[in-house]
Amino acid sequence: MSAPAYTVRTGTRASRLFGWGLLALLVALVAAPLWADRGMIQDLFFILTMLVLAQFWNLLAGYGGLISIGQQAFVGLGAYAMFGAVIVWGVNPVPAILLGGVAAVLLAIPTAFFAFRLVGAYFAIGTWVIADMARLIVSQWQVVGGGTGTSLPREARADMWGVETIAALFDMRAAAARDVLAYWLALALAIATVAGIYALLRSRQGLALAAVRDNVEAAGAVGVDAKRMRWSIFLVAAFGTGICGALIFLQNARIAPDAAFSVVDWMAYVIFIVVIGGIGRIEGPIVGVLVFFVLQSTLSQFGAWYLMALGLLAITVMLIAPRGLWGVISDRTGLQLFPIQRRLYGGRIAKETP
Amino acid sequence: MIWVDTILQGVLLGGLYALFAAGLSLVFGIMRLVNLAHGDLIVLAAYLILGVTTLLGLHPFLAVFLAVPLMFGIGYALQLGVLNRVLGDDILPPLLVTFGLSIVLQNVLLETASADSRRLPAGETAVEALNLGPVTVGLLPFLTFASAIAVIAALQYLFYRTAMGRAFRAVSDDPVTASLMGIRPASVFALATGIAMVVVTIAALYLGMRATFDPAIGPSRLIYAFEAVIIGGLGSLWGTLAGGVVIGVAQTVGAAINPEWQILAGHVAFLVVLLIRPRGLFPRAVD
Amino acid sequence: MTALLETSGLKAGYGDFQALWGVDITLAEGGCAAIIGANGAGKTTLMRAITGVLPCAPGMVRLDGAKIGGQSVDAIAKLGIAMVPEGRKLFPSLSVEENLRIGAYAGRSGPWTLEAVFELFPILREKRAVPGTSLSGGQQQMVAIGRALMANPRVLLCDEISLGLAPVVIRDIYKALPRIREAGASVIVVEQDIAQAMAVADEVHCMIEGRITLSGAPGDLSRDDIHAAYFGVAET
Repeated sequence: MSAPAYTVRTGTRASRLFGWGLLALLVALVAAPLWADRGMIQDLFFILTMLVLAQFWNLLAGYGGLISIGQQAFVGLGAYAMFGAVIVWGVNPVPAILLGGVAAVLLAIPTAFFAFRLVGAYFAIGTWVIADMARLIVSQWQVVGGGTGTSLPREARADMWGVETIAALFDMRAAAARDVLAYWLALALAIATVAGIYALLRSRQGLALAAVRDNVEAAGAVGVDAKRMRWSIFLVAAFGTGICGALIFLQNARIAPDAAFSVVDWMAYVIFIVVIGGIGRIEGPIVGVLVFFVLQSTLSQFGAWYLMALGLLAITVMLIAPRGLWGVISDRTGLQLFPIQRRLYGGRIAKETP
Repeated sequence: MIWVDTILQGVLLGGLYALFAAGLSLVFGIMRLVNLAHGDLIVLAAYLILGVTTLLGLHPFLAVFLAVPLMFGIGYALQLGVLNRVLGDDILPPLLVTFGLSIVLQNVLLETASADSRRLPAGETAVEALNLGPVTVGLLPFLTFASAIAVIAALQYLFYRTAMGRAFRAVSDDPVTASLMGIRPASVFALATGIAMVVVTIAALYLGMRATFDPAIGPSRLIYAFEAVIIGGLGSLWGTLAGGVVIGVAQTVGAAINPEWQILAGHVAFLVVLLIRPRGLFPRAVD
Repeated sequence: MTALLETSGLKAGYGDFQALWGVDITLAEGGCAAIIGANGAGKTTLMRAITGVLPCAPGMVRLDGAKIGGQSVDAIAKLGIAMVPEGRKLFPSLSVEENLRIGAYAGRSGPWTLEAVFELFPILREKRAVPGTSLSGGQQQMVAIGRALMANPRVLLCDEISLGLAPVVIRDIYKALPRIREAGASVIVVEQDIAQAMAVADEVHCMIEGRITLSGAPGDLSRDDIHAAYFGVAET
């Protein structure tokens, strides 16, 4: 038997070119405090955190088939756990972010236990109910301000790890240095999220995930444990979303239940980003968040009309291009920046002789 | 005695939630569609009734007769123009489109009707009470509950005793074979959503007369409706009444203990039922 | 004379898979045609294209000379083409009587009423209140035929009505066919059972891989011809 004359690759030429471009972009982003003013750093922070939330929701809905509309539970609880750890235990806010992720997972376990009993669309509303419960319960927590919320204590803000170093390094005031710190953390989180999800999708588990999404019974028949797969996806997404929530409110320095558990901010925007960009693709949320940012910065002064337009845009995209802007681009050009499909190059598969 | 009263109030409140839930259940039963904008459509209907009331100076009970055909038309057009295009095996498109619709509706109402809380002017009806032996109940809660029973009985009759109901069930079973009978599934779906919007308008009438409403309250009405549907058992119309009553009683009892626990108690009741009876109290035998 | 139902050059398929490659058949008013062929020959696809379940070009199917190809399924049903689908496809949430009544949804009047169907298949009268899917296979087939008759069709398409039934049951069901034709319907039966098809039809069409390979009156066709056309064995 001779060696096969074909090779299986997942990379494309565009994806390798893109690799170098990405590296340059990352260097520029890490160095952003050198070239960007404080407002721009805050904008970049916003883009990166929304990207993280969108990537995790895309992982759930686009790949895992778990259409949750209760992710605001994990944003809110992650943020509140961070605030609680800082205020009650005096933990430094930076490591407390991790506790936000842990708290989100602790909430995700019972959430999954209940919501997985509901099929399809009812799963979506089930997660929403639990998010509403989380908001109502947190509103009773008086140490962190109950229904009206609270601010991050002055001492905690001053002692935040790394702030002094950053302030000295760039010769800026503490408030600006805190923004840089939050921005770098968001950048690290976004890179870890995208890289982690990409690695997951290219792995054996990633293939299993696609199999589960396409057909639960068939996937079961070929030995994929659909239940375990869904559990792990749900918990991973909760962890990442919780960390992101804690980070968002670390930068915000003020928290209230309605803001932390906001359906519009952490769910509607996130869903619109993924739908407009392209669901079920890693590139989708990236394209979506950029479009969203442009719309947000040019139209948000129109208030309700802006949200309405955003909703109409998402509905239109869903009706005429259900795989989003990236789907359209990719179909036209064959472009793939994060290739997941395995492609066959060279050789040929022998035809069965009749 | 105070507890008897509390529970009775809860049962009557359950009638309102059953009205919220009946439309949701009807649409899901026929086309497996969960409309995330259901709550916002209730609020839209409340504003429509309010508009008619203010413009023509009619009592809400009369204004509803003008709002009903309007809402029927809105539902019919929405289903035919938008929702029929996203029905299919994949539940993602209908969910995302109706979620988008929910946000759009909330903001249209916010822009046109402002964020102020409004109330339907019910006049004397709002304060009258009925003396039922040992307990006294408000006329309005009583009417709400009676309407819920009437609406569900009417839907039940429509569904199981009429040619239209047969077509509904046939399309729900198998749309392709149903179309071989000369039934047009797209029209049947539009009709079903139109009817659901009629129920939504009746729900909006009582919602608006009993309490204040504003453009943002839709999603929580969707949640109560959803809880009632799941507790009752998917596809069971009378089950939605039972589900509504469970949520209503849980909420009033919760509120009697601590006013801040009202909504939370409803959610807890929902989770408890989900835990012990995952298929609801009255699951449909054939599914 | 124009045929009641005619397909000409009918091509249809599922997505990228073409299953019919230009099928020509005609059905005369009052006639009974049989389509025979092995599994996968395209018989059911042909029925689905005629009823509009699968799309095709307008001129490919004509009823009374009028182009009806590619119209919506419900519109074609209202023109008087009724189908007894393969696998019966009764509505599980409807009782026997409701299954029959829904057949009349198209609103065409004619000899077939609930009473007439009960006379044709008396057992259904006894079972009228039970769910259609709780009946035996043969009784379910009677409901499916009755349901199609309730539309008072001009053309009745019967797709594999003998599939999976015991011979004695098949005989009972085919006994109804003459009465259905007497009442005015023209019939196309799709069959795998050659003998059954030859016995009832006045024209037989044999299909292989999406094409008609042989057509003719049963009396004019020899067993060998049919055998060759059915199994695709090349004539030497």
